[in-house]
Amino acid sequence: MTSLAFLILFAAVIVGYLLNRQAAAQIRAGGIRLHSLDGFHGLYSALLIGLPGLIVILAWLMFQGPIVDRSVMASLPPGVLDGLDAGAVALTLTEIKSIARGQVFGTPAEWKVAAAELLKARNASASMALVVVVALMSVALLVFARSRVSAEFRARHGAERIIFGLMIFCSTVAIFTTIGIVLSLVFESIKFFRMVPITEFLFGTRWEPQIAIRADQVAGQGAFGMIPVLLGSVVIMMIALVVAVPIGLFSAIYLNEFASPRTRNIVKPVLEVLAGVPTIVYGFFAILVIAPFLRSTAASAGFEISPNTALAAGICMAIMLIPFISSFTDDALSAVPRSLSDGSLALGATRGETMLKVLFPAAIPGIVGGILLAVSRAIGETMIVVMAAGIIAKLTINPLDTVTTVTVQIVTLLIGDTEFNNPKTLAAFALGMLLFVVTLCINILAIRIVRKYRELYD
Amino acid sequence: MTDISPDTGTGNRFDWTAPAYRERVRKRRRGETWLRIAGLVSISLAIGFLLLMLVSLATTGYKAFTQTHVTLAVKLDPEQIRSDNIAGSNWRQIMQATLAEMFPDLDTAGLREVRGILSDGAQFMVRDRVVADPSLIGTTLNITVPVSDPFDQLNKGGIDRNTPEANRRLNDAQIAAFDKLVEQGLISTPFNWALFRNADSRFPELAGLKGAFIGSIYLLLVCFAIALPVGIGAAIYLEEFAPKNRFSDLIEININNLAAVPSVVFGLLALAVFLNYFGLMRGSPLVGGLTLALMSLPTIIIATRASLKAVPPSIREAALGIGASRQQVVFHHVLPLAMPGIMTGTIIAMAQAIGETAPLLLIGMNAFITAAPSTPFESATTLPTQIFIWADSPERGFVSRTSAAILVLLAILVMLNGAAIWLRRRFERRW
Repeated sequence: MTSLAFLILFAAVIVGYLLNRQAAAQIRAGGIRLHSLDGFHGLYSALLIGLPGLIVILAWLMFQGPIVDRSVMASLPPGVLDGLDAGAVALTLTEIKSIARGQVFGTPAEWKVAAAELLKARNASASMALVVVVALMSVALLVFARSRVSAEFRARHGAERIIFGLMIFCSTVAIFTTIGIVLSLVFESIKFFRMVPITEFLFGTRWEPQIAIRADQVAGQGAFGMIPVLLGSVVIMMIALVVAVPIGLFSAIYLNEFASPRTRNIVKPVLEVLAGVPTIVYGFFAILVIAPFLRSTAASAGFEISPNTALAAGICMAIMLIPFISSFTDDALSAVPRSLSDGSLALGATRGETMLKVLFPAAIPGIVGGILLAVSRAIGETMIVVMAAGIIAKLTINPLDTVTTVTVQIVTLLIGDTEFNNPKTLAAFALGMLLFVVTLCINILAIRIVRKYRELYD
Repeated sequence: MTDISPDTGTGNRFDWTAPAYRERVRKRRRGETWLRIAGLVSISLAIGFLLLMLVSLATTGYKAFTQTHVTLAVKLDPEQIRSDNIAGSNWRQIMQATLAEMFPDLDTAGLREVRGILSDGAQFMVRDRVVADPSLIGTTLNITVPVSDPFDQLNKGGIDRNTPEANRRLNDAQIAAFDKLVEQGLISTPFNWALFRNADSRFPELAGLKGAFIGSIYLLLVCFAIALPVGIGAAIYLEEFAPKNRFSDLIEININNLAAVPSVVFGLLALAVFLNYFGLMRGSPLVGGLTLALMSLPTIIIATRASLKAVPPSIREAALGIGASRQQVVFHHVLPLAMPGIMTGTIIAMAQAIGETAPLLLIGMNAFITAAPSTPFESATTLPTQIFIWADSPERGFVSRTSAAILVLLAILVMLNGAAIWLRRRFERRW
């Protein structure tokens, strides 16, 4: 049915375009000068018909399902949903839906079959209504647009105004996305903090989200202190930085000052390849090569380390960050005015001295900005740690131990189970909020530093 | 350097050949050499990591591109096949009878050990052949079917025959049976087409990437269809029309911040808004594509703005001068000239999107699905989430298949980036 609505709309758009263009051409053939070209009259009609129709169809698609579901659930015989919590109600709805699709398991209760019939009927009539509404609206707008064709009508202005509005809408998508992120994180976090006090979340030192979902389940009480989780993120981030920063800095220094153009042209793209590898590949590399290597090394040195050691995840993350840091450093070094290094060289300093005592100090703000961006990346990085780090939160800074991170917890809490009424799933949103705020602050700081430094030399 | 005494012209010139000076120069040179060495070591470490990664993936992954098969002679006894319902016949029994014929000297207990040689999918392959061509009933069907994962490992050297029997996944009898098949020349290792023709499966020998592949394509189509027009629209507005005011600044700040938001946060957004609020289908490429479209929007906007900026103002002025409206200038002249740059940026954004995993896990694209999706509106997996599922699977055969899937993903990335570079080289104009 939806495709029929799309088809009707598409046809109306084409007809509207052709009709208006032809009408304009006819007026022109009569020897009268029009304000706008024929094509603009057509375009005006097409936009006037197409946009509202598209909005109606999309809105209908988004809201039809939930509204019909709600109306069906409201029309259930009284009493059948008494005493059920939100999860069980949702389950009932899913059952009714699958009956409506014809997937019947066992013999469902009679009222469920009736509800399924109702659901089917309401969905069918809603789809029908959509087609009728789109068809009526298209015809009405078609007639309206056609009636406006005249020599004086400024079709170009009309069409351009619509296109201009469209472009403004496109650029506000970024704002809506940010608002969406903030709102969804805030709302779910507020729900979470109603169940778990915010002070416990912020200052608690135990993270044990394995709580009972059903009343009869054997599980712990659950503790939601984010300190050990955040500490785990910091530990892995530190390991990654300790490895990646020197490697990134020295390669950038070499490429910037010592390498021949040919070496540069080969090495830079190779480093970019490293940056383009999806992070899941790094994660698999960590469990395939790095973790076993670390374990056997440790075993031959006579001690045992955890299979999910933070070191493995940290090293892999470092590999991911190397190109990031080196390209930022390279840019910062290149941005230092040539006169500074020329002056230094003219005074008799070697290239190395020029680099270490003149260029590098001058580029420090840019480099620090780059490293800060790398920090925010390391904290927000998900797949490497999901695959290579542990899931048990431990309050430790031992890199050989297993730690968990904010992102790992978000993913493990939300995989498979998305009931939005228990602290276990909502905790993921609180962690997401934490992650969002932390990375946002670091990013803003980094961008500030980089910008300030750029202004220094521009 | 500070203690170099100025040349006063009294004959007290600095002695450039003094040993102390030479020592100092040598020291300075040494510092320089160390810096060079540190740089070279760093670069070789970085490149070494890349090579190590590729080599380890290739050495574990290449095995998954072949699959051990065994050729069977299946007697299709009309009495065992139900003529009214061919597919519903007891195919398991027919396969067991075939095996019993191949190993006449084994008793029932021995046969039970050997049964595991055939993949669980073998009986269905025979079934499908017969369903497609019922005239085969009554004849002997020669068919090549995959062997199960442990025997595949044995054939590829993944199982060491020297380990004690108790620690081995296959016992001596099973290995002996397999060796007998090898002797009879019934074992072959052709290219593993199943890797590309099948969707996911619990059994490594049957698991393939088709479902993930189609899921990824749908997801990219949705992502492309949304991100490209919206991105171009936003970039044109910001670059060509936006007045310098607070609103424009706000948009720019937002775009820059979005580019740095961790991808998993987009997953949370999608979960709360698309799945929970709008009730869209969980795990569908539609939701995944919407999410990744929001993520790749900043990349596309930034690339588009850069290529719009690269079009010289003279083009705009010339068009304006002969009476074009501002929108005509953009859509008739500037945008076509900027298109190669925009497409390059878009391809790079798509290459990022195809490898993105974390948000897709949160919206349920890591479900176990054994059929390729036929529309973007049903649950599916994508290449990276399939890699994640396989990497989590305990069967040995999935290790090599994970590497193989990663190699396929990397090959696609290389192709996409190659296309972007080609576009840039072919169409880029310097003004």
